[in-house]
Amino acid sequence: MTALGPDTGPAQITATTAGGEGLPQSHAVSGTAVPSMTAGPMTGGFWRRFSLRRPLAALILQRLGLSVGLLFAVSLMIFGGVEALPGDFATTYLGQSATPQAVENIRKDLGLDQPLTERYVTWLGGALHGDFGTSWASRNSVSEQIGKRLGNSLFLAFFAAIISVPLAVGLGMLAVQFRNRLPDRIINVISLAAISLPEFFVGYLLIMLFAVKLGVATFPATVYDSMSFGERLSAIALPVATLVLVVLAHMMRMTRAAILNVMSSAYVETAELKGLSAFRIIAKHAAPNAVAPVINVIALNLAYLVVGVVVVEVVFVYPGMGQYMVDAVTVRDMPVVQACGLIFAAFYIFLNMAADLLAILANPRLRHPR
Amino acid sequence: MTEYKNYLANQVMMGKMNRREFMGRAAALGLTISAAGTLFSTSAAAQEPKRGGHLKLGLEGASATDSLDPAKALSQFLFCANRNWGDMLVESDPLTGAAVPALAESWEPSPDAAVWTFKIRKGVMFHDGKEMTIDDVVKTLQRHTDEKSESGALGVLKSIKTIEEKGGDLVVTLTEGNADLPLLLTDYHLIIQPGGGYENSTAAIGTGPYKLTSFEAGVRATFERNPNDWNAAKRGFVDSIEMIAMNDATARIAALSSGQVHYINRVDPKTVNLLKRAPTVEILSTSGRGHYVFIMHCNTAPFDNNDLRLALKYSMDRENMVKTILGGYGKVGNDFPINETYALFPEGIEQRAYDPDKAAFHYKKSGHSGPVLLRTSDVAFPGAVDAAVLYQDSAKKAGIEIEVKREPGDGYWSNVWNVQPFSTSYWGGRPTQDQMYSTAYLSTADWNDTRFLRPDFDKLLLEARSELDETKRKDMYRTMATMVRDEGGLILPMFNDFVNASTKQVKGYVHDIGNDMSNGYVATRVWLDA
Repeated sequence: MTALGPDTGPAQITATTAGGEGLPQSHAVSGTAVPSMTAGPMTGGFWRRFSLRRPLAALILQRLGLSVGLLFAVSLMIFGGVEALPGDFATTYLGQSATPQAVENIRKDLGLDQPLTERYVTWLGGALHGDFGTSWASRNSVSEQIGKRLGNSLFLAFFAAIISVPLAVGLGMLAVQFRNRLPDRIINVISLAAISLPEFFVGYLLIMLFAVKLGVATFPATVYDSMSFGERLSAIALPVATLVLVVLAHMMRMTRAAILNVMSSAYVETAELKGLSAFRIIAKHAAPNAVAPVINVIALNLAYLVVGVVVVEVVFVYPGMGQYMVDAVTVRDMPVVQACGLIFAAFYIFLNMAADLLAILANPRLRHPR
Repeated sequence: MTEYKNYLANQVMMGKMNRREFMGRAAALGLTISAAGTLFSTSAAAQEPKRGGHLKLGLEGASATDSLDPAKALSQFLFCANRNWGDMLVESDPLTGAAVPALAESWEPSPDAAVWTFKIRKGVMFHDGKEMTIDDVVKTLQRHTDEKSESGALGVLKSIKTIEEKGGDLVVTLTEGNADLPLLLTDYHLIIQPGGGYENSTAAIGTGPYKLTSFEAGVRATFERNPNDWNAAKRGFVDSIEMIAMNDATARIAALSSGQVHYINRVDPKTVNLLKRAPTVEILSTSGRGHYVFIMHCNTAPFDNNDLRLALKYSMDRENMVKTILGGYGKVGNDFPINETYALFPEGIEQRAYDPDKAAFHYKKSGHSGPVLLRTSDVAFPGAVDAAVLYQDSAKKAGIEIEVKREPGDGYWSNVWNVQPFSTSYWGGRPTQDQMYSTAYLSTADWNDTRFLRPDFDKLLLEARSELDETKRKDMYRTMATMVRDEGGLILPMFNDFVNASTKQVKGYVHDIGNDMSNGYVATRVWLDA
């Protein structure tokens, strides 16, 4: 009897912990991203006129172009990164029980004996036609498998988002209203405590309390095809609660800081002295200026909810994209890693772009950079 | 002692032992009469399996990259899942490890054990309603051994020359005699599939007690009972099975103690004592053949010096390892890879103990100076880094300095194990002693991870392989064990138990010495006591 994969488990957990926690911090909040790309001399005249007449459309076009380039770079980096990892698919998939003949057969079968560039070009050719290939490990279509996992991830992220975003913004406003008084302090302490605890620990606490001790929540949170919508909702209750606790503080504190910052500025004071109503001040003068940083933080947290929750997935046994990608990286299943990486990158790019656009729409000043 | 108690209880359950015999043996074990009586009655009461119910398992070791092709089953999850839907030609006895008939009714070797004839069971139906034929059997074995094979069983079946059908029987011809061939066919990859699985290897159509109803790689698998099971009297008691992938140890424990699943595998020795306190939970610990090892390359300096190797062997505090690293769920090892769970185990070899004086003596004799570099990682075995540090400590008392280098877990099996001269590793068991030695101690073996290059050992191994006289064979195995123990590059501090856990509702668990999770048969053997 062969050894049964002793090379699973601990390695995955460490890898994912690092990935999951690195995401939110590593992106600086770029509140006033600005269209300042220089166009080529050939199209210079047309582009300048176009961007003057339709600044928003120009911005969107520019961003889309950049995104494509970025995605291309990401695919190149993922490919290089996976190649640089020790061992290839054949050896890591077979693990300790690899025989030279089996390794050789797998390599030949998958074309791993071809040179690096050739393999990349072949993959890229397929991807450009929308064909992400088949998973090396399971021999199933990547698009089909990812569809299901991505659906699960989005399902979880969606419910975490529709609870956490209004809650965070609402609590942030409440904290402003009661600034430096008891409600503000309570909100701050609780949300900071929740963000300070690692997400897996929050998850374990919730499991212990609601699933083991009280027995009211569904655990494990595994979802599958034959489940009804209600069952699914009940299955994801605990992971959603965990995610809400994890992302809440970040958004809440940014809302609070942004509003406080604007409310203490000179033009709000002027508006007050002019005798405008409080509602009019907030809606017309304060909100457009406060909304940009808040939207950016929300966008980052949404992106995190989609791509960075692998630890929560593992703890709650939830079949999302994160675990899928980690499994694929563990055995160097290149087509799956590439597809997952590109989808994650696309989400980041799209959400950041949406945040910038919303900020610009909300605040006309940002349309005319100095 | 727990193992022996389990063994006795198992014997009763299988009807092999009557009450009187049982009480006598249990008394010899030191159990009081009343305790033994209770044990007998609970085991005997367990004889009547209840049918029905939905069994839920929470298992570690699934991955999104899993494939249902039995040739590629590597994970714990698939090992267990495939047992539900498929059968091999031969199974191993859970208590003695001997070969017992499954899809092959009986077999007969030629006098030199090089040609084997298997009678195939008649009237067995595949899940798709077709009858299993000799053609399916021949093609299955061919698929796992042909030149395009990517099967995990390829290494085990290397010595097969031809596989053919003669007069309705399966005839397997080997390149050299092998008395253990039936046991090799118990390998969990060798599930008989329609047409050998050439057409549709991942269809999961087999002859097993359960039909696969849904499978999502790395997430979940569900099964329903096969109404046409050929062996229905002895297995397949629950109506349906649900296997959930749970790679997080804490999640498994939470799911079991909240009653969401009936059975979990891989209970961490560090938390087993906490889990034991839960009133609804039963710890199922089975002694096994897997072992945690520290391996030195016998042909690489400084480990090419047998005195240094002996010094390092005597520096190992085995008792402490079992206590600390395994939480007591294991047995001390004796520097050869075989324990008493193997058939023909050579008894009477002196147990090597921790002896700093002897270690210092051999160390001085070896003339080595300076630190010895040991590479390790937590993927080598659970707690490997801690074990290396403990070892460093016990060696220090003998005046030997060991430098522990922690390697990344990713790629450990391709870059450190079997590459670097001194590292930590793990071996699962093999069905036979011959297999264990051929896999890792034969000069020409790919996984000779101690670089044990001894022509006299190789010769003995080949002789023993075709020897049908068991007494002679056992003597040969004793000589081989002594060679590895005293001259090899293997430091084997411990054999780990398989530690699983179930709720008290689960009955009829068989402590199978073959492999983890009742040799993967857990779902087909247990029943639920409502």
